[in-house]
Amino acid sequence: MNGDLKPISTGSEWSFELLEAYDREIARVAAGFGLDTYPNQIEVISSEQMMDAYASCGLPVYYHHWSFGKQFLSVEKHYKRGQMGLAYELVINSDPCIAYLMEENTMMMQALVIAHACYGHNSFFKNNYLFKAWTVADAIVDYLVFAKHFIAECEERYGLEAVEEILDSCHALMNYGVDRYRKPPPLSLREEQLRQRERAEYLQSQVNDLWRRTIPENFRKTGDKEERFPSEPEENLLYFIEKNAPLLEPWQREIVRIVRKIAQYLYPQRHTKVMNEGWATFWHYTLLNALYDQGRVTDGFMLEFLESHTAVTAQPSFDHDFYNGINPYALGFAMFRDLRRICREPTEEDRRWFPEIAGRDWLETLDFAMRNFKDDSFISQYLSPRVIRQFKFFSVLDDEREDELEISAIHDESGYQAIRHALSEQYNLGNLEPDIQVWSVDTRGDRSLTLRYFQRRDRPLADSAEEVLRHVYRLWGFTVRLETVDERGRVKWCHECG
Amino acid sequence: MSQIIDRRLNPKHKSAVNRQRFLKRFRRQIRKAVSDAVDGRSITDTESGERVNIPAKDLSEPEFRHGPGGRREIIHPGNKEFVTGDRVPRPQGGSGRGNKASNQGEGQDDFVFELSRDEFLEFFFEDLELPDLVKTRLAQVVSTKSVPAGFSKDGIPPNLHVVRSLKEAHARRIALTAGKRRRLRRLEAELEALLAQEAGPDPSAVEALEKEIARLKRHIGAVPFIDTLDLRYRNRIQVPRPTTQAVMFCLMDVSGSMDQFKKSLAKRFFILLYLFLSRNYERTDVVFIRHHTIAKEVDEEEFFYSRETGGTVVSSALVMLRDIIRERYPVQDWNLYAAQASDGDNWPEDSGNCGRLLEEEILPCLQYFAYIEIDNEYPLGLWQEYEKVAERWPNFAMRAIDEPSEIYPVFRELFRKRGVEG
Repeated sequence: MNGDLKPISTGSEWSFELLEAYDREIARVAAGFGLDTYPNQIEVISSEQMMDAYASCGLPVYYHHWSFGKQFLSVEKHYKRGQMGLAYELVINSDPCIAYLMEENTMMMQALVIAHACYGHNSFFKNNYLFKAWTVADAIVDYLVFAKHFIAECEERYGLEAVEEILDSCHALMNYGVDRYRKPPPLSLREEQLRQRERAEYLQSQVNDLWRRTIPENFRKTGDKEERFPSEPEENLLYFIEKNAPLLEPWQREIVRIVRKIAQYLYPQRHTKVMNEGWATFWHYTLLNALYDQGRVTDGFMLEFLESHTAVTAQPSFDHDFYNGINPYALGFAMFRDLRRICREPTEEDRRWFPEIAGRDWLETLDFAMRNFKDDSFISQYLSPRVIRQFKFFSVLDDEREDELEISAIHDESGYQAIRHALSEQYNLGNLEPDIQVWSVDTRGDRSLTLRYFQRRDRPLADSAEEVLRHVYRLWGFTVRLETVDERGRVKWCHECG
Repeated sequence: MSQIIDRRLNPKHKSAVNRQRFLKRFRRQIRKAVSDAVDGRSITDTESGERVNIPAKDLSEPEFRHGPGGRREIIHPGNKEFVTGDRVPRPQGGSGRGNKASNQGEGQDDFVFELSRDEFLEFFFEDLELPDLVKTRLAQVVSTKSVPAGFSKDGIPPNLHVVRSLKEAHARRIALTAGKRRRLRRLEAELEALLAQEAGPDPSAVEALEKEIARLKRHIGAVPFIDTLDLRYRNRIQVPRPTTQAVMFCLMDVSGSMDQFKKSLAKRFFILLYLFLSRNYERTDVVFIRHHTIAKEVDEEEFFYSRETGGTVVSSALVMLRDIIRERYPVQDWNLYAAQASDGDNWPEDSGNCGRLLEEEILPCLQYFAYIEIDNEYPLGLWQEYEKVAERWPNFAMRAIDEPSEIYPVFRELFRKRGVEG
């Protein structure tokens, strides 16, 4: 070992003093690499508390709902039968950044989690453009507290079942409750509470106004040209419902809003699985190795560390029993690591593919990549031929009109571009989720709501759509229609509920 | 600077509320699962929870998703032999290659989870429509009884034992003053002797003695009549209530006419009795006697699951019951309970025998005999015979049932009686 410092500890038992010592050392090394983080709040919890945290999407405070109970039961079952280890880390995008350590972990695991969550994820949360634009880290915990109290109050006043119904319906539309292009105003507990009542009254008056203007008689009298409502299609279904659903009570609108706000908060995480995990994994690997190089951790520590690191970044191949899609830890880690290699030891191929970064300062390059991309753009920008070869990626074209699948590209010179493009598309949420928007409301007639599914590549909706439509109907209160529109703009299929 | 916080002492079970909501929402499915589980488990198994399966589609949370079909390109890792342009057959299931039951929420596996013991019993009781009071008592792990256990120095005023406390005070007074009294008696005798001297007493000696006597008297008078340390209170301690042993005989007709449904009803009937007994007695033996034309003592497995055909002679089982009691369960050592389930079918000449056996040889030694007749459209000989028995014996209960919820009333009398005692 080089360096003249002694290892921080040698045993596998942890203590609070040691946690502090490791955290201090990791922070020192991280600062050396220029990682910019929120302050950390490291919480030691038991495995049962970890399961609790799991069941509520990792949020520290969440309102009550049966679906979290279901989640809890399934986590508990898998954990108790040893089918699943609990993920060893859980970290919350908040300021200060809250990270959980499980008391069962060894000292090595605690150090690994500190490096991974408190410095890796934390710096990603603080600096990635999506998180900056869509989440307000210092307000989220307050907002969750507000939401929980508000919903508990509604349960008392209007009954568990009424609240549960609304929540069920909102959850069905949760993925369609996000804005993609506007910045939400910051939330804080006090303001939220102050504004909530005002908003409720104001909204209700607006809604009434809309429908007063549009009672059916009007139409007959004036007979003027049809006015579209909404004037532009709206992709945030929950937002549209919150603002316009004719029959919702003020408290119901507020619940719709709460679900929408939380969906918005979770939205960047869905966009950055590969990047976020890759970044955190890259940094726990780099930071702990740096400590090892300085002699602050032992050989035994490193062996144990490498074993779990390898397990986390393993990628089973497509025909393996354990194959369950691409492992975001593996892909992200490989890409960030490769980026560093391209900067430090570029090959001829790298110079052709990445002329602008080959040979540049690696810290700057990685920092730029972390700040300005999400999964699809990150892959389309930085997936190198070398990583494609490493994973032996190949592309399968599945066209229902053909009897067989076609291998459309593999990891060779002619396939790199195609694979990179297809993989990027695979991480584009816009492709993963059906594109469904509010198309129109029949304001002069039966007040029916028409949603449109803009089909791409002829992909149909799953049968669950009918059930979701019933939820939309519950919120809207009048007939709801879902039209499938193909790529040429023709309405192919229409389903009605109400 | 990081802050490290120990949260391990924070409340666990933050999800308990959500768990309850989940159970409430899927009450119907869980009840069914519990009901199936009852058919599958041993009747003496009342200490464990249960695994419950709910079909995944019942509790799916719907969302807009793509269905199978259309055109899509999927990237997979780990290519071995494919080259561009290869064509491969579409795997079963339609979607991309290598995609087994995926994590897309489309897998239709059942949702499986564990009910705790308490939750299990709750659902079981609900099925039987037990009154709450009975539920609570049966679900209690150990019931205890408060019994007198001597006296203690601490207690509350209502438990003060006056006689005992005064005895203590008396003893203390004696102990504290005996020496002084003895000395007092001696000094008084001396003084008397001194005063009786003919030469006339020495005034200074008399004065000294009198002074000493007064001092002793003062001291004796200063010992309190009763002190806090004399107080004694009646003491009571909690002892586990089940302190005796019971045996429960399960009698069931297994002739051809008893189908699986009837047996399953009978099983609930036996479980309920077992639960009750195991709460009230330290040890509960279960004896299974099944019969068609002849009776046989069997284990639980055979009791519930094997089928026989042929006629029915109920008295054969009663004879066996009597013999087993005589041989193995002396009345003075055991509380005897019997539960009989049948569809009422019996050899016509035999019913009279049954009544006689019950009244003369069995009921006198039993605490309780419960009989259920399942699905008896036309009450036959056995029912009529038993009705006569029921009139004469208060520890005999009978009822015809078609559904699990009708089982409990059979035991109503039994539970009520115990309820008053407890």
